[in-house]
Amino acid sequence: MLAYANPQRFLRLARALTPWFLGAGVVLAVIGLFLALFVAPADYQQGDAARIMYVHVPAAWMSLFVYGCMAISSAVAFIWKHPLADIAAKASAPIGCVFTALALVTGMLWGQPMWGAWWVWDARLTSVLILFFLYLGYIVLWGAIEEPTRAARILALVGAINIPIIHFSVEWWNTLHQGATVFRTDGPAISSSMLAPLLVMAVAYNVLYVALLLIRMRMEVSERRLRTVRLGLEAAPA
Amino acid sequence: MSDWQTFFAMGGYAAYVWPAYAISVFALLALGIVSWREMKRSERLARLSETPDRKPQKSFTLS
Repeated sequence: MLAYANPQRFLRLARALTPWFLGAGVVLAVIGLFLALFVAPADYQQGDAARIMYVHVPAAWMSLFVYGCMAISSAVAFIWKHPLADIAAKASAPIGCVFTALALVTGMLWGQPMWGAWWVWDARLTSVLILFFLYLGYIVLWGAIEEPTRAARILALVGAINIPIIHFSVEWWNTLHQGATVFRTDGPAISSSMLAPLLVMAVAYNVLYVALLLIRMRMEVSERRLRTVRLGLEAAPA
Repeated sequence: MSDWQTFFAMGGYAAYVWPAYAISVFALLALGIVSWREMKRSERLARLSETPDRKPQKSFTLS
């Protein structure tokens, strides 16, 4: 694992893997969308509006998963000073931010016909909105100050408290948002005809996350190389 | 109504289902394209700045 701390070795691996993850992610997403729109049955209560689930739930899962990856990378950066850990955390933030925004927007589009409101200040929606602002804050921090490595790690780690709060919000508080139907101790409470497209979409989103992460990490490594060259030139002008 | 009309009507929820799918596809596509372009740009700049036979100052007019 530590061998890949070497940016050159990482870059070689990342360059080789990017097209595979990108291709697999797109193919899986197309299959997932086909299953979601053409194969999955309409819900007996919500009709076709329930199809929003196939884009809403995977985006919401990814919003938590990507933040978890960011927090773990930040912890690794703290403990082992792994040079790629900060890069992975920084590269993840915009991806997680987009997934969170998608979860919020598709949730509003689902909430309006089902609850009669685009937005309610219930525990689930509010905690996910806080997650969105955590991502924004983290991105702004990287842009705002020079080398905010330490501050960024702390922000990512402190913000991770929100992750279990989001997951358990539907149990701890009375929410309008429905409870968990897949990640339950007694197994998924959803028909397999709906679970299959949902899982395909979830896997597609995960693979796309890896592809986007590789692309953004490559970008970050190059930017750092460029900065190092510039600093060297400033120190010893030609 | 034809089969396709029924499909696009989404049981009366077309105004909610289609925007949800459209924004998901659009946002992920946009993020992918923007990230790819920025990655290619910074890889090119890094390569240029590290090429020894080039006058280093030249590659910095881009920033």
